[in-house]
Amino acid sequence: MTLEIYFDYFILPLLTLSIILVFFRLLKGPHVVDRVVALDLIITIGIGIITVFTIRSNQKVLLDVAIILALIAFLGTVAFSYYIEKRNDE
Amino acid sequence: MSDIIIAIISTIGALSIFFAALGILRMPDFYLRLSVTVKASTLGVGLLLLCAAIIFPDISVTTKAIAIIFFLFITSPIAAHMIGRASYFSNTPLWKGTIIDELEGMYNKKTHKLESDPEKADSPKGPEEDNIADTEEETK
Repeated sequence: MTLEIYFDYFILPLLTLSIILVFFRLLKGPHVVDRVVALDLIITIGIGIITVFTIRSNQKVLLDVAIILALIAFLGTVAFSYYIEKRNDE
Repeated sequence: MSDIIIAIISTIGALSIFFAALGILRMPDFYLRLSVTVKASTLGVGLLLLCAAIIFPDISVTTKAIAIIFFLFITSPIAAHMIGRASYFSNTPLWKGTIIDELEGMYNKKTHKLESDPEKADSPKGPEEDNIADTEEETK
């Protein structure tokens, strides 16, 4: 078994299954903070999928997208928590 | 030889991401979900990026991968702490089986400051209005 087959038939399906599981929490989440954390986790798993896809397709440029996604995930979570904390005061 | 190392590292990474996803679906309470998610997913993505850094014999990919790992390791605890704090202020209930909530009454609800003395925090709470949920359904 080569590494390519292993990445295609084990790693990528496992990551996809993880995204589906987190998506259930995003739909279900009883509070808004659950949804924020689920969104953050989906973006983080997305970075992992981009990395595996970079390895499989030999396109190094795609790692730049992963950097941008990491930035956006952090900014999004911080903004959400800031406004949730503010909203509670009123 | 390096194929075996890459296979082992990527397996650990993908499995820990999978356990993070399982944990966010199955844990009974927001705070437990947060605690499972952040650590496991950071470890998993870090290991997958390490795989990319090993596979490509190129200095630019290694630099980018290490930059992303460094950035994730710095930012994800900060984001988790901020969202946990916001959820505690917005009265997200704790799990029904929680034994003790040591933060209870320690936060000043007006200035959002943490006091070490509950008298100074000035947020009086009766014993019946704690944050711990009464039923399983509240936190599910």
